[in-house]
Amino acid sequence: MTAIVDSSTPTRTVTGPRRTRGAGVEARPAWFIYALLGALLVGSTYPLYWSFVMGSSDKSALVEMFPPLLPGSQFWTNVLEVVDTVPFWMALLNSVIVSSVVTISVVFFSTLAGYAFAKLRFRGREGLMVFVIATLAVPTQLGIIPLFMLMKQFGWTGSLGAVIVPTLVTAFGVFFMRQYLIDVIPDELVEAARVDGASMIRTFLNVGLPAARPAMAILGMFTFMTAWTDFLWPLLVVPQNPTLQVALSQLQSAKYVDYSIVLAGAVLATLPLLLVFVLVGKQLVSGIMAGAVKG
Amino acid sequence: MHVSTVERSRPRQPLTRRQRLSRADVRYSPYLYVAPFFVLFALVGLFPLLYTFVVSLNDWNLLTGPGEWVGLANFQRELTDPLFWNSIFNTFSIFLLSSIPQLIAAVAIAAVLDTNLRAKSFWRLSIIVPYVVTPVAVALIFSNVFGEKYGLVNNALQYFGADPIMWKTETLPSHLAIASMVNWRWTGYNALILLAAMQAVPRDLYESAAIDGAGAVRRFRSITIPSIRPTMIFVIITATIGGLQIFTEPKLFNASSSVPGGPQRQYQTTVLYLWDLAFNRQQFGRAAAVAWILFLLIVAIGLINFQISRTISTSATKKSRQTKRKAVA
Repeated sequence: MTAIVDSSTPTRTVTGPRRTRGAGVEARPAWFIYALLGALLVGSTYPLYWSFVMGSSDKSALVEMFPPLLPGSQFWTNVLEVVDTVPFWMALLNSVIVSSVVTISVVFFSTLAGYAFAKLRFRGREGLMVFVIATLAVPTQLGIIPLFMLMKQFGWTGSLGAVIVPTLVTAFGVFFMRQYLIDVIPDELVEAARVDGASMIRTFLNVGLPAARPAMAILGMFTFMTAWTDFLWPLLVVPQNPTLQVALSQLQSAKYVDYSIVLAGAVLATLPLLLVFVLVGKQLVSGIMAGAVKG
Repeated sequence: MHVSTVERSRPRQPLTRRQRLSRADVRYSPYLYVAPFFVLFALVGLFPLLYTFVVSLNDWNLLTGPGEWVGLANFQRELTDPLFWNSIFNTFSIFLLSSIPQLIAAVAIAAVLDTNLRAKSFWRLSIIVPYVVTPVAVALIFSNVFGEKYGLVNNALQYFGADPIMWKTETLPSHLAIASMVNWRWTGYNALILLAAMQAVPRDLYESAAIDGAGAVRRFRSITIPSIRPTMIFVIITATIGGLQIFTEPKLFNASSSVPGGPQRQYQTTVLYLWDLAFNRQQFGRAAAVAWILFLLIVAIGLINFQISRTISTSATKKSRQTKRKAVA
């Protein structure tokens, strides 16, 4: 298993220097490589930019053969229209609450369980871990019908609890934290804390948590994004008390759909994640790359 | 810590009690730490899945509640229903149109990013911009891009003198449009995963191969591809689990259609079909049967993937060992 994120861990140095330049293999690539990357850049950003251009114009812009190159002046007007059409502020608040609670809970419980699986000895550990990994490949989403009936039975439909509770701790989180902690904390450190008379939970708080911090940040980032983008389940249980994605989808079901407003809404709903991207984009990249190396 | 000072102030058998507490702490704490996951999984994962099967054996209606026990009739009904098979066809068609081109593109992009680029992090960042756009927003944006009358794509086609394509009413075009949403959002993400795998390949392997006279294409085929195969399989498996449950994109592709998945169900995927059955037509029993069939299908494909990957990876390690040996010689 490869160490996650931290490239200075000994596992990497054992395999030798990873990037040695020279021998002709690592020459600077030719210009057309950059042209290709430039085309990719346009491809990955243009649809978003186009929606901003459209979302900031009035609907006549949509009919034109050539889309305008520059944004129009109507963005705020359209945004106000979005806010008027759907319960935007409530939805935003709901999304913030759901995503924050889910993130804090997933990060905490996954770290706790991941730490136990990585560093504590107990009977049945291997078997339970295999079970956790196996659940990763099980499409539990397909249990929505009984889950919906359960929520209805409890009278939870319509409340945010119905959205939050099913995702309070995830198999991926547990697995991710275990993979990270297994290499990062030396066993001696845990034992030393025990010898000093620290209780199990003390040892976790003093040794496990500080070591887990970088991975917790990555897990938190991805959990927040997943919770923020979730659509099917919130659409089912809280259509009247919507999260942002559900509210946004309702823009489209108005009787006369004005697409400049729909697109302004699409840009609006993306803004918080774009902010995340601008602030911690690099960590996002290394997070994706770290989560990948599993084998 | 606090407990220990309290204990110490009491002279009566202080050690044994502390030891007993401490032993219980060591023995049971790990179970306590992993318990939240298992309890929650049992409640919201395992139980609903198993109960889906119970529901599927009944003529269950949302309004009237648990109805008559009908055995496997719901399964029989679905397996002979053309609408069910239509949804399976649509799901697989969209899945193949999104996963195969995506995997090829992701490998190519990863290979480009793995070269000795200037402004590396900039290019890496640029390809995951789509990932931060939520699927709902992606669906709204692309349902406009693929608008039949004034959509961006059809405008461009007409400019070049081609006929506009009926993205929302014809089967294959609609599948292409929906697959392109998935591809747009996930290709860069998967490229980064594959890039991570490529960077784990020891560089001296490439250098010795280059010295041996292997060209760039040969090096890519004989070193890079075998080395990243496990990661490719990982990408394929995650894409399968997600792709066969696709919902948001087809649901929001055409708001003017009253039937979810297009007026003639041209792009009604299986999860959308299930949704329509359960929550629009209140047929919980039949919807549960559909859920179970899809569940079994996904698990079966997962197992096949796993089996194939095991066979491939054993032969791949053999091959790369040979390459290494050759490099040493």
